[in-house]
Amino acid sequence: MAVKTYSAGVKDYRQTYWTPEYTPRDTDILAVFKVTPQPGVDREEAAAAVAAESSTGTWTTVWTDLLTDLDYYKGRAYKIEDVPGDDECFYAFIAYPIDLFEEGSVVNVFTSLVGNVFGFKAVRTLRLEDVRFPIAYVKTCGGPPHGIQVERDVMNKYGRPLLGCTIKPKLGLSAKNYGRAVYECLRGGLDFTKDDENVNSQPFMRWRQRFDFVMEAIEKAEAETGERKGHYLNVTAPTPEEMYKRAEYAKEIGAPIIMHDYITGGFCANTGLANWCRDNGMLLHIHRAMHAVMDRHPRHGIHFRVLAKILRLSGGDHLHTGTVVGKLEGDRDATLGWIDLLRDDYIKEDRSRGIFFDQDWGSMPGVFAVASGGIHVWHMPALLSIFGDDAVFQFGGGTLGHPWGNAAGATANRVALEACVQARNEGRETEKEGKEILTAAAQHSPELKVAMETWKEIKFEFDTVDKLDVQHR
Amino acid sequence: MSDIQSFKQSQKYETFSYLPEMSPEQVRKQVEYIIEQGWNPAVEHSEPENAFGHYWYMWKLPMFGEQSVDTVLAEVEACRQENPGHMVRLIGYDNFAQSQGLAFVVHRS
Repeated sequence: MAVKTYSAGVKDYRQTYWTPEYTPRDTDILAVFKVTPQPGVDREEAAAAVAAESSTGTWTTVWTDLLTDLDYYKGRAYKIEDVPGDDECFYAFIAYPIDLFEEGSVVNVFTSLVGNVFGFKAVRTLRLEDVRFPIAYVKTCGGPPHGIQVERDVMNKYGRPLLGCTIKPKLGLSAKNYGRAVYECLRGGLDFTKDDENVNSQPFMRWRQRFDFVMEAIEKAEAETGERKGHYLNVTAPTPEEMYKRAEYAKEIGAPIIMHDYITGGFCANTGLANWCRDNGMLLHIHRAMHAVMDRHPRHGIHFRVLAKILRLSGGDHLHTGTVVGKLEGDRDATLGWIDLLRDDYIKEDRSRGIFFDQDWGSMPGVFAVASGGIHVWHMPALLSIFGDDAVFQFGGGTLGHPWGNAAGATANRVALEACVQARNEGRETEKEGKEILTAAAQHSPELKVAMETWKEIKFEFDTVDKLDVQHR
Repeated sequence: MSDIQSFKQSQKYETFSYLPEMSPEQVRKQVEYIIEQGWNPAVEHSEPENAFGHYWYMWKLPMFGEQSVDTVLAEVEACRQENPGHMVRLIGYDNFAQSQGLAFVVHRS
């Protein structure tokens, strides 16, 4: 048996943490970082440094290292790859033994993986591109409180995407006027309405009155339409105690769904709330405010596919994913990649969609993808073809901005959606034939006809800032 | 204000209820879709006043493995004939997703 002796001082990271001969184990958590090293730092040393600083290492050797088996606990940089089209960066693949992390804690995993290492001087920029969670770890996480299939059964929605709308103006309405806007949307044909993410409990509208008026709107719309309805009551709050208080009240008045902002609210609060929702039969809609701070820069931060995996493990029944076609950033292939990661049981490595690892979710329920932001009836054919059925399409301005009001706007969206679904089921190509499908449907729906006239000129055609690195430029 | 239409509320029945009732040819295409997806067709019916509940009356049993569109349409028709005044819905059971791949009211009573 090799004997180790203590020798103080600074060692090259590569001596300990660069292990190209290592074959990752099925139980390892694997991560791939896009590393831009400082000038003069070579790739192996930079990769090893990232492995060290995101696992067991510190800058100098300490005697207490020898009281444990560091070779067992250390992260290992096991592979380096070129980034297509970018010679300054490279991909570093790192394997972490599962024992480094507390069970069921995305908080703990990411405190390591994206902790101190992101401020580390030897790298100029660093981006966490993807993480493979072994099934052994997945099984320790609660995941979505209910998942797609249970939500469909509870809400009685089959064979089509769901429709939602964020109530606007996002700030400043009184609770009673807000409830009116909800009622009009729901009676017009939407399945859900939504609190804006920054609606919490401000002086102009405290949460309790909002909950009461919204619940009356839901019940009235359900009675009139004969359909099941909901409104995402935002329980994001300054403290966990306050968050649970609001969630309990939502349950008490019979609301079917609440919402939370999982990044600003925090992963700890989110995981706790997801567990509460599972225990209390409450659906959970998740918003992602602050994500673009982390995921938009192509060389630094955390890719959204990782943030999406965090949410699936932490728990949520819906997650905003971008729309591809609307006002917010989103590359089509990359979006297709992360909506699969949210919904499917097993996702194969596919670099053309930015997926670096096979990911096995076992029996963990799937998450509805939510497309929201700058979309209107003309986008419906493309949205259906991109997202398929297991999605929620949320038209805010595209419902409330209808010249005849919210109910007509809601009906226009619902007619457009159902016409596209019907056409798709008949074997037609909805994207290619979108105009004919919508025009034909509008003959039976004056609401849709007016919506089509109102929005036909609006487009958002800016180039995506963060593109997939799939080809040499 | 003169060009604004006031909203007219009416009873709805979830998927496809915002479109005009389908013609026989259109219903046939949806049945073809259900069979093509590998789903199991089924027929249910209900009095309109009880339609909000999750459970409607089952017409016989789901048609497991049925490949004939005509057979499915004939069962829809038989259910309608035998239950005047009832709504009739067509379901495609997706046994892999343990869900209904499609469900819509074919006969609105």
